[in-house]
Amino acid sequence: MARGKRKAGRQEIIFTGFGGQGIILAGRILGQAAVIGDHRESTLVQAYGPEARGGACSAQVTIADQPIHYPYVRRPDVLVCMSQGGFDKFIGQMKEGGTLLIDQDLVQPRGFGGQFFSIPSTRIAEELGRKMMANIIMLGFFTAITGAVSLDAARDAVTDSVPKGTEEMNGTAFNKGCDYGLAVLKGREKKATGKAGA
Amino acid sequence: MRPAVLTGEYFMTGDVACAEGALAAGCRFFGGYPITPATEVAEHIAGRLPEVGGTFIQMEDEIAAMASIIGASCAGVKSMTSTSGPGFSLMMENIGLAICTETPCVVVNVQRAGPSTGLPTQGAQGDMMQARWGSHGHYDIIALAPSSPQEIFYQTIDAFNLSETYRLPVLIMTDEMIGHLSERVVIPDAKKIKTVSRPRPKGRKDRFKPFEPGPNGVAPMAHAGEGYHIHVTGLTHDERGYPVMTVEAQKAMMAQLMGKIQRNLDDIIRTEAYRLEDAEVVIVSYGVSARTSLAAVDEAREQGIKAGLLRLVTVWPFPEAQIRNLAKKVKGFVTVEINLGQIHLEVERCAAGKVPSFLVGHPGGTIITPERVVEALKEFF
Repeated sequence: MARGKRKAGRQEIIFTGFGGQGIILAGRILGQAAVIGDHRESTLVQAYGPEARGGACSAQVTIADQPIHYPYVRRPDVLVCMSQGGFDKFIGQMKEGGTLLIDQDLVQPRGFGGQFFSIPSTRIAEELGRKMMANIIMLGFFTAITGAVSLDAARDAVTDSVPKGTEEMNGTAFNKGCDYGLAVLKGREKKATGKAGA
Repeated sequence: MRPAVLTGEYFMTGDVACAEGALAAGCRFFGGYPITPATEVAEHIAGRLPEVGGTFIQMEDEIAAMASIIGASCAGVKSMTSTSGPGFSLMMENIGLAICTETPCVVVNVQRAGPSTGLPTQGAQGDMMQARWGSHGHYDIIALAPSSPQEIFYQTIDAFNLSETYRLPVLIMTDEMIGHLSERVVIPDAKKIKTVSRPRPKGRKDRFKPFEPGPNGVAPMAHAGEGYHIHVTGLTHDERGYPVMTVEAQKAMMAQLMGKIQRNLDDIIRTEAYRLEDAEVVIVSYGVSARTSLAAVDEAREQGIKAGLLRLVTVWPFPEAQIRNLAKKVKGFVTVEINLGQIHLEVERCAAGKVPSFLVGHPGGTIITPERVVEALKEFF
């Protein structure tokens, strides 16, 4: 998968977790990056329960080059899970060969046989001093791994969307996630070439 | 301080786009009461109105909210409220008052599943007949149904313009799905936005008749405190606005209230056709279900079914003539809506037995999938 390189065609993405983690915000930043930064089409559908915090929530993002008639995600190409409940609920919907991203401290990908990418996003956020930035770290990780939006567009959308005065901190968080993702990709490439050479 | 028209390109929800559309239309008063999934309209405009010299009041309930926008409009300020099902029910009596007193205002209903408290965070389109007939007595109403955040921005401007032109409450019947959907919204230059204001009186203030129609059939509106002698009442009234308890007065007032809409149907009704030219089967839909239907038309065509979509941009007044004309040349109609058959009844009425009319409905809480519509087309035709 290409870093920062544009993916062609329609891509459907689900971010899931519990209320208070910034799941909807992550989806909104992603959609904004696609629309404003990359000049593509995007829709965000947000689903949440009557409770504001703690309940299951999800953000469904579609990115395409054509106008999006039907904005609901049926078979996500990418599933990003920041809670076990979210994983359990959505893993069955993921497209065959789709990309799974998880917060490794919060999600056990039970019964999932495919390849997945994991990051301790909440732990890294805690180390940075703000647990609530886990979503931005995950977004950086997501951008590096999937290339669904360009890095510049995503970074700009983060800066534009977070509370005033926290732009730098969130930018750092985004970069942390992004670097982590790039390192994971590099490690896998190495492993793959190593295997091929053997 | 930001200007009233926030020219630029955004990734915005329908609710926020609605609030921005209101400001661009010249709305300077909002009286409301928070309710999911319409709260974001109020929340956003509460922050924005003070920036443009407007007023936001959170009222004690939706009955008062509706009363407050009627009062503000009578004082000369373009006014709006937003709500969802339970609040819409409470507003019904005062919507009738605005009809009877010919007071321009805009009411946004971000529909959720009912009846009663229903599913607060999940959408539906179950209030369409309530929009038409919810207040007592016989009357005409204008209701729009946006299908995207971009459209809700423009429709809110349109709603204000229609309401000011014809002096009546105009309803924006959106749904949770569109209200909470984020998408590209382009807000144009302020100079490119056309706004309309109510006709205003001229001449002697002591001889003014507040309900005497002007040349275009709509009475000029004097504002409270300007010195005109006016009387405003929900009772049947004559051109002076005085209560007159006779059959003749009732007939004359009803002719005025209905006539200003019925004479201008061509100016008011807005529809949009998608792949309709050679369509054999016509899907009729509106709001978020029109998004489903657009995808369904494409999928059906790929499978060899000549489907097209008639999207209702205004739902009320109903485009009767258009359905009657289509009924002469197509095989049938399918109405797609998130209720168990409301606009479907209107389509069936206008098809008048010439061709069959079917419903793809849903009790509410989620969107209808394009697959279900395509399956239905195969089954019905």
